[in-house]
Amino acid sequence: MATTTTATTTKLWGGGKSPFNVEYGKLMMWYFLMSDAFTFGAFLISYGTIRFSTNGWPDPNEVFKSFPFAPEGVNAPLVFVSIMTFILIISSVTMVLAVHAGHNMDKKGVVKNLIWTIIGGLAFLGCQAWEWTHLHHEGAWWGSNPFLNADGTASSTNFTNYFFTITGFHGFHVFSGVIINIVMLIMTLMDKFEQRGHYLMIEKAGLYWHFVDLVWVFVFTCFYLV
Amino acid sequence: MSNEAVVHAHGAVATHEGHGDHHHEHHHHETFITKYVFSQDHKMIAKQFLITGMVWAVLGGLMSVLFRLQLGYPDATFPWLEDILGKWAKGGRITQEAYYALVTTHGTVLVFFVLTAGLSGTFANFLIPLQVGARDMASPFMNMLSYWFFFAASIVMLSSMFVETGPFSGGWTAYPPLSALGDASPGSKTGMDMWLISMALFVVSSLLGGLNYIATVLNMRTKGMSMTRLPLTIWALFFTAVLGVLSFPVLFSGFILLIFDRNFGTSFYLSDIFINGVGALPNEGGSAILYQHLFWFLGHPEVYIILLPAMGMVSEILSVNSRKPIFGYMAMIGSLFAIAILAFLVWAHHMFVTGLNPFLGSIFVLLTLLIAVPSAIKVFNWLTTLWRGNIRFTPGMLFAIGFVSLFISGGLTGIWLGNSALDIHLHDTYFVIAHFHIVMGVASMFGMFAGIYHWFPKMYGKYLNNTMGYIHFWVTLAGAYLIFWPMHYEGLAGMPRRYYDYSIWESFKQFVELNRFISTVAMIVFAVQLLFLFNFFYSIFKGRKVTSLNPWGATTLEWTTPINPGHGNWVGEIPEVHRWAYDYGKDGKEFIAQTTPVGADESEHH
Repeated sequence: MATTTTATTTKLWGGGKSPFNVEYGKLMMWYFLMSDAFTFGAFLISYGTIRFSTNGWPDPNEVFKSFPFAPEGVNAPLVFVSIMTFILIISSVTMVLAVHAGHNMDKKGVVKNLIWTIIGGLAFLGCQAWEWTHLHHEGAWWGSNPFLNADGTASSTNFTNYFFTITGFHGFHVFSGVIINIVMLIMTLMDKFEQRGHYLMIEKAGLYWHFVDLVWVFVFTCFYLV
Repeated sequence: MSNEAVVHAHGAVATHEGHGDHHHEHHHHETFITKYVFSQDHKMIAKQFLITGMVWAVLGGLMSVLFRLQLGYPDATFPWLEDILGKWAKGGRITQEAYYALVTTHGTVLVFFVLTAGLSGTFANFLIPLQVGARDMASPFMNMLSYWFFFAASIVMLSSMFVETGPFSGGWTAYPPLSALGDASPGSKTGMDMWLISMALFVVSSLLGGLNYIATVLNMRTKGMSMTRLPLTIWALFFTAVLGVLSFPVLFSGFILLIFDRNFGTSFYLSDIFINGVGALPNEGGSAILYQHLFWFLGHPEVYIILLPAMGMVSEILSVNSRKPIFGYMAMIGSLFAIAILAFLVWAHHMFVTGLNPFLGSIFVLLTLLIAVPSAIKVFNWLTTLWRGNIRFTPGMLFAIGFVSLFISGGLTGIWLGNSALDIHLHDTYFVIAHFHIVMGVASMFGMFAGIYHWFPKMYGKYLNNTMGYIHFWVTLAGAYLIFWPMHYEGLAGMPRRYYDYSIWESFKQFVELNRFISTVAMIVFAVQLLFLFNFFYSIFKGRKVTSLNPWGATTLEWTTPINPGHGNWVGEIPEVHRWAYDYGKDGKEFIAQTTPVGADESEHH
C-alpha cells in the first residue's frame, strides 16, 4: 500500500504538484495569452475577409512613405515602420535580459534592462503617435480614407477603419505592457522580489511583452507588407 | 524558471494555505463586508453567482410570461400591464417595440446571465476547489473580481431597461445592420450601447473566472488526485472554462467592431443601406455576414458552455444515486473532449440560409452531425449507469434523469436542423425554438436544479424540502414538454419566430388555441419556479439540518469537509486521494470514499 502511494505522488499529473512545474500565475498568463491571441486572430481574419472581398486596396508603399522631419513628398516607403518594428524587437531582447537577470537574482541587471524595455515601449508608442497624427493630417481616420486603390480607383474606408482599429488595439496592448513594466520596475526597486526570493513576476510580465511583440509581427505583415 | 524557484514558490503557497487554516479558527475577524460582500471564499462567491443568477432567472422568466401573454391572447387587453409597464403597454396590450425588447432581453439574460454565470459561475466556483481538494481557487482575488464584473454587467443590463428608448430589441444575436444603426429602431439607440457595455463587462468576468478554473484544476489538485481520478463534474467544468477562454475573445472582437460601426463612422458590417425616413447611407464595403461568423464562433461554443456543466453534474448525481460507478468513465471524458473540439468547428450551421456558400454549408453539416457521436456516447453511458442500479429518487436525481430525457428529445431534433437542406424549411421557425429550448435551455436548467438539490446540504448545511422538490420537478418536466413539444408542429407548419401577432396570418390562425395553451402552461411553470425559490430561501434558514458529513453516501472530497466548512474548507491537512471517484458497490461495500487507501485484498480500479 505504501508503495502505491509513493508511485502516485511521483507522477507528474498525480496531484499535489503542478504538472507543468509552474505556479498558477504563469499558467494563467499562458491561457490569457491564448485567449488574447484569439482576439487578435478574430480581428486579423475579419480584416482578411473584408480585404479579399473588396475589389481594390491601397498600396502600403504609397501610403506609408513619409518620415518625421523629412521634407514633404519624401519617398521612403516603409522605412519609418521598419524602425518602429526594430525598436519593439530590441525591447523584447532587453526584456529577455531582464528575465535572465531575474533568474540570477541580479537586481541591478533587472532594473537596467527593465528601464531599457520601458524606453523601447515608449519609443514605439511615440512613433505610432507620430504616424497616426501624420495620417490624420492627410485626411485618414475612422470612416474616411483619402488613399486610392493601387489601380487608381476609389477605395472603401475599410482600409483606414481596420488600420486604426487593429493598430490601435495593439498600441493599447503595448501601453498596458509599459504600465506593467513600470509597476515591475517599482516593485524591483522596492526590493519586493528580493524579499520573495524570486523574480517570477518579471517572467510573467516578460511573457506578455513578448506576446505583444509577436502580435506586432502579424499586424505589421498584414498592414504594411501584403 | 529554475526548479528551486518553483519549490520556493510552492513553499510560499503552502504557508499561505497554513494561514488559511489558522484563519478558519478566528472567524470573528471577518466583517460583514469581507464575509458576504467582497468575499474571496469560493463558496461564498458561488452563492453570490447563484443568487444573482436566480434574480435574473425570475426577471428573464417573467419577460417570457409577458410575451407569452401577447402570443396567447393577442386580442385581449390587460389594464394591469399598463400599470407596471407604462407606455410599453398602452391600453393594456404590449407594444410591438416592447415585445421585441422582451424577447431580446429574455434571450440575452437567460443565455448569458442565468445559464452561463448562474450555472458554471456557481458550480465551477463551488465544486472545483472542494472536489479537487484545494483550499480555494488559484487566485481568490481574481475570482472575486469575476463576480463583481458580472455584477456590473448586470447593473448595466438592468439599467438599459429603464432608458427612454427602451432596451435593445434586435434579438439576442444582435445582428447588424439593425444593431449597428441607431436610426433603424428605438431599441437600437441607447439600449444597444448599454447592451454592448454590459456584454463587454460580462466577457471580462467570464475570462477572469475561466482562467482561474483552468489553473485550479490543473495546478491545485491534492496529492493523489490524478486527472483520471477527478469526478466528471470537474472534467466538464474544466472543458467549459477552456471553451469560454477561447471563444469569448472572438465575440469581444466582434463587439469592438460593432461599437466602431455604431459610434465612429466605420463600415465593418455595413454596406449599401437605405433607411426609411433617413435615406441612403454612405457606408460601403462591409459585410453583415462577417458579424455572424464572429458572433457564432462564440455562439456555438456558448451552448456547450451552458450544457457541459449540466452534463458533468448529472453524471455525478446519476452515479451517486444509482449506487453504481459511472459507466464508461474514460469514454465520458473522451466525449466531453470531442464535444469541446467540435464546438469550435460547427458555428456556420446557424448561418445556412444567410448567404453562406452551399459547399461550405455541406462541410458544416458533416461536422455538425458528428456531434451526435459523442452525445450518443454520453446518453448511453447515463442510461447504462442507471441500468439495474439501486436508484434513490431524490429530487436531485429526478432532475438528473429529467436532464437525460430532455437531452435525448432535444438532441434528436438537432439532427434534423443540422442538415442544411432541411434547414431551408425549418430555419427561423418555432421548430428551432423548440429544439434549443429543450436541449440547451430547459435541459441545462434541469442540470442546474439537480446540482442545487444535490449540493444544497453542502452549501447551507440544510436540506431542501423534498415535497416541494417533487412538485417542482413533475410540474416543470411535464410543463417543459407541454410548452415546447407543440412548437415542433408549429415550426414544421412554417410558423416563423419573433412575430408579434400570429392571429392575423391566414396560415397560422389555426394555432391560436395552441398558442393559448402554451402560454397557459408557461405561466403555471413559472409559478412553480417561484415555489422552488420559496423552498430555497426558506430552507436556508428553516430547512432540516444536515447531521452527517456525507448525507448522500458519496465518494468525493467535498463530503469530507465539515458540515459548514469555513474559508479553507478542511480543518487541518487536505486529505490525500487514493482512488477514482466512482467506487460504488465494490467488494460488497456500498461505497468507498476517495480518501480510503486501497486495501491489500482489493484490486485497484486504475
